[in-house]
Formats: sequence, C-alpha cells, structure tokens
Amino acid sequence: MKILVCISKTPDTTAKIAFTDNNTKFDNNGVQWIINPYDEWYALVRAIELKEKDPSIVIHLCTVGSADADPIIRKALALGGDEAIRVNADSHDSFFIASQIAEIAKIGYDLIFTGKETIDYNGSSIGGMVAELLNLPYVSLATKFEQSGNKAIITREIEGGEEICEVEFPVTVSCQKGMAEQRIPNMRGIMAARTKTLKVVEPIAIEALTAITSFELPPAKAGVKLVSPDNVEELIRLLHEEAKVI
Amino acid sequence: MSVLIYIDSADGHVKKSSLEALTYGSTLATQLDVSAEAVILGNSSDDIAALGKYGVKKIYHANNDLLNHLDAQVFTNVISEAVTACGASVIIFSNNVNGKSIAPRLSAKLKAGLVSGAVELPVLSASGAFTVKKAVFSGKAFANISITTAVKIITVAPNSYKTIAGEGTAEVVLLNTTIGTPKIKITAVNKVTGQVPLSEADIVVSAGRGLKGPENWGMIEEMAKLLGAATACSRPVADTDWRPHHEHVGQTGLAIAPNLYIAIGISGAIQHLAGVNRSKTIVVINKDPEAPFFKAADYGIIGDAFDVVPKMNEAIKKMKGL
Ligand SMILES: Cc1cc2nc3c(=O)[nH]c(=O)nc-3n(C[C@H](O)[C@H](O)[C@H](O)COP(=O)(O)OP(=O)(O)OC[C@H]3O[C@@H](n4cnc5c(N)ncnc54)[C@H](O)[C@@H]3O)c2cc1C
Ligand SMILES: Nc1ncnc2c1ncn2[C@@H]1O[C@H](COP(=O)(O)O)[C@@H](O)[C@H]1O
Repeated sequence: MKILVCISKTPDTTAKIAFTDNNTKFDNNGVQWIINPYDEWYALVRAIELKEKDPSIVIHLCTVGSADADPIIRKALALGGDEAIRVNADSHDSFFIASQIAEIAKIGYDLIFTGKETIDYNGSSIGGMVAELLNLPYVSLATKFEQSGNKAIITREIEGGEEICEVEFPVTVSCQKGMAEQRIPNMRGIMAARTKTLKVVEPIAIEALTAITSFELPPAKAGVKLVSPDNVEELIRLLHEEAKVI
Repeated sequence: MSVLIYIDSADGHVKKSSLEALTYGSTLATQLDVSAEAVILGNSSDDIAALGKYGVKKIYHANNDLLNHLDAQVFTNVISEAVTACGASVIIFSNNVNGKSIAPRLSAKLKAGLVSGAVELPVLSASGAFTVKKAVFSGKAFANISITTAVKIITVAPNSYKTIAGEGTAEVVLLNTTIGTPKIKITAVNKVTGQVPLSEADIVVSAGRGLKGPENWGMIEEMAKLLGAATACSRPVADTDWRPHHEHVGQTGLAIAPNLYIAIGISGAIQHLAGVNRSKTIVVINKDPEAPFFKAADYGIIGDAFDVVPKMNEAIKKMKGL
C-alpha cells in the first residue's frame, strides 16, 4: 500500500497575528512555523502507525510551498515517512494547491491523508478538491481509521455524533482528533530524516480561483463587566436584560 | 441566473444551519437581482415547500433513498445537475460537516472559486469584484477574499448569519437524475439524541480542568439543561477522558460561535480562545483574577465554581419561574 500525506506549514498556535503592506500580507516577523497540527498529530502519525503494523507500506509526504517549508518537511520526515516531495510554489488558493497535490498523486496512491484544516486559512477544502480532481471517494473529518484488506473502515464526525463507514481503496481522508496520539521525533528519526529524499518539483500551470484582498483584526472587546460571587442573580439579570442572550 | 442554496438534512429533518444558509442565499439573490432556488437530497419528513418563507422560490428535490447518507462524490454530481438546471451563478452551503465535504468537490468540479466559512454577505463592488469575508488564523483575524470565477461557491459559518422567516411557499420540483452508486457504505451511526449539537447551539456551557474531575460535571449539565444549551470542554478535559472528544473546543477541536459561551474553570489559553472567540457574549467563571480568559470576556465572576455554579443554576430557575 502507498500512502500520501499532505503536510502544510502554519504559524505556531501562539504566534502574534499581525499584517503588513496596508493589511494585505501576513506579518512573518518573529513567527515560528510548525507543521499544521492536524497534519502532524493525526494524518502523519496515523500513517506511521499503519506502517509500523505493516512495514511494506510506503509513505510519501507532499507539501506545496517555497524553500522555507523545507525545515517543516524535514521535521515531518523525522517523525516518519519514506520520502517527501515539495512543489515549489507559494499560494493561498485552495484550488491551486489541490491541483498541485493531485498532479503528484496521479501516479497512484491507495490512500491520501490530509488534515481537517489548516489553522491559518481554515479552508477545510483541499482534501475534497484533491478527491474530486482524482475522482476518488472522500471521507472528511475522520476520527478513526483502520485497514481491513482492500477496505478502509473509518469513523467520521457528523453533527451530534459519529458515523462508521467502509470504503474500498483508493480513498482520500481528512483527519482530526482521535486518529492517533501526538508523537515527538526522537534523535534516530532526526538523523534518519537528513538522508531521506526530499524531491523538489516545479508547479503545473493552474489559474487561482480566489485572491486574498485584505486582512482585518477583530474589534477589541470593551472589557469585562465583573459581578460579585455574592450577587450571582445580578449576572443572570444582565444576561437576560442587557445582553439578551438567555 | 440564480443563487442556489443546498439544504442539508439529517434523519429527514432540515438542519438549523441550512435555514441560515437559505436566509443568506436569498438575501444575496435579492442584492444580485436574481432568483433564489434551493436543492435538497434524500427523503424528507419536513414540509419542504414551507421553506419558501426563507425567501426561496423553487426547491429541487432529489428524493432517493441512496441520498439519505452522505457520499460526497454522489452528492456533488446531483447538486451539479441542480446548478445546471437553474443556471446558478452562486452556490451556498452551510460550513457544517456536509458542507465541508461537498463544497470543495463541487468547486473543483465546476472550477468555481470557493470561500469557506463566510461570516457576512459578500461585498459587491461597482467594478464587479465579489469579496467574501471569513475568519482566519482560528478566529484571530478576518480575510477578505475575492472570488475571480464566474460561478462562485460560499459556505456560511454556522451561527454567523441570522435566520429571517417571512411569508411564502416554494414550488417543489422533483430532480430526476441518475444517481451513482455510493462508494462509501455506512455501517453504523452513533448519535447522542436529545442533545443540542454543539456546532448549532445558541448557548454553550463549557468547563475545564478547574472542575477537578468528571464526577463534578452534574452542575454543568444541569445549567446546560436549564438554558437549552450544549456542553463543551477544554482540550485537557477531553484528553483525560473526563468528557467525550466531540466536546473539545479550540484551535485543535471544534470552532464555535454561539450567542452565549459560558466558560467555567477554563484558564483561557490562546488555543482555547481560538475556537470560541467569535462567540457573541462570553461569560467567565474563574477563581483566579489573573486568568487570561477575563480579557476576552464580556461578563465575569471571580469565584469558586463549586460555589458560583449552583447559585447560577438557582438564579436561572428563578428567572425562568421553574
Ligand atoms: C498546539 C496546541 C493546541 C492546543 N489546542 C487546544 C484546543 O483546541 N483547546 C483547548 O482548550 N486547549 C488547547 N490547547 C491547550 C491549551 O494550551 C491549554 O493547556 C488548555 O486550554 C488548558 O485547559 P484548562 O483551561 O481546562 O486548564 P488549566 O489551564 O489548568 O486551567 C484551569 C483553570 O481553572 C481555574 N480554576 C481552578 N479551580 C477552580 C475553581 N474551583 N473554580 C473556578 N475556577 C477554577 C484555574 O484558575 C485555571 O484558570 C492546545 C495547546 C497546544 C500547544
Ligand atoms: N500548501 C499545502 N501543501 C500540502 N498540503 C496542504 C497545503 N495546504 C493544505 N494542505 C493539506 O490540506 C489540508 C486542509 O487544508 P485547508 O483546506 O487549507 O484547510 C491540510 O490539513 C493539509 O493536509
């Protein structure tokens, strides 16, 4: 079995969010970059767990990004995976990125894992687009994944619960909490990652379907109205009469 | 030309988030001066024609047993037939579970630009630009994104657009199409019944590690029941199995935007705030006056949850005359 895991690079969860160039560009200044948590903790680690059970499995990682994504992809390789492919392009258009991934995946993978969403642009759309471009079934928001012969048995989120489904390979799956437990790369992994192949390919020509025109920060909160713990009824009154939310 | 809205349903009932999508779509149609039409898939026990009160004139119904469970590939093909039938230039989904699964596929199929999680109506400029605002960086900022293709797809963030019901019934037209065999076979559905789904809840009562242990959640559940609210929790609470995983909100859990979010014994770490910062009103109960959550709150009580929460429950009962 061959698995492709889609890896993206996102600002650290505590990064300061600010913009430059008249609020048209994200301010990279002082920002630490990490592997998008959904891609790392759930998609990649689950793929590694499958390979640990069945060493014949081959795992490829794929990212669409410029050279500054290399440390992220090396870190992912330190966790596991056999080799990585970077498509040398910077874009925030989901369709552009998905088309690049689909081009890489064309050679045939049994399983394509993405994260549920990127924590910067929060599109939650690349997995579905890749699946459509490759004419594959798509199971989104998976919380569990098992392989059983030529079938995948997947638990996915639905509103107010979960659904268990079966689907034959090949399939595209977006991964979230529950799939696997977070891991920390060890020294052996880090050393091994240095010699693993990181292939860089140029993008195919694709026209973007969207463009970010500007960013805004949310308006600042007016400040908290504190109520004494001895006067709880006052809080309920405020919620009822002032905020009108209960 | 028209705006086409996808009506999402489960167990034969239309979801609340779809009513928001219907209102959003028909308001947009009025702005664009085109008709508002909708499409619904699978069997339905609701009165579909009555959805006309949200502003849609015509509803295509693909009434087929094979469409009672989501297979995004099959759904995409059916919806794209509806797109052709009504000559849709904008297609609206809710950014809920099914919307996240279908809209991207439809976008790739039609090469129609997609913005997911819109928080407002698009801004239409005189020059023809069509710009949609969405939350990015987990609610820490917004981006204005222009869709540059002729056909456009928007998914609307749940609880971001208020449902408006007026008058009117819609004409229901059966959509007869060949339906592909789903490749995804559903073998089991586990649903918590009788509870408000977290993503759709107007009020959410949430608790964190400050509650000390799972045995103390009785008062939280009581408050949720009194308020008709859903319950949520911080990540460590779900990680230690004090509460089920689907209650975990935050950067790596569910992102929600209820009218009221009550946070009890939660410190307000940046990753937690990322999932709840778009709530309209935030109430924080914490015994530590320095807890970061107070900075993001509208109302707060500095106090011990074990003292304050039972008192709140009594006060709610009194207010509701219970
Ligand atoms: C990459 C990453 C992603 C993360 N994603 C998430 C996420 O999605 N969601 C999330 O929630 N966290 C997330 N976290 C974890 C986050 O950083 C915090 O550790 C977590 O939110 C803390 O949970 P808590 O507030 O319940 O616990 P604590 O931080 O331990 O806070 C407990 C609070 O309860 C108060 N308290 C104690 N006793 C009482 C009492 N008797 N009455 C009233 N108050 C009391 C304390 O003053 C304290 O403020 C993430 C972390 C990382 C690094
Ligand atoms: N630039 C990228 N390169 C490779 N994979 C990506 C990239 N951006 C997003 N993905 C994958 O697609 C998933 C969903 O991203 P998004 O649709 O942008 O929220 C992520 O969790 C990744 O697995």
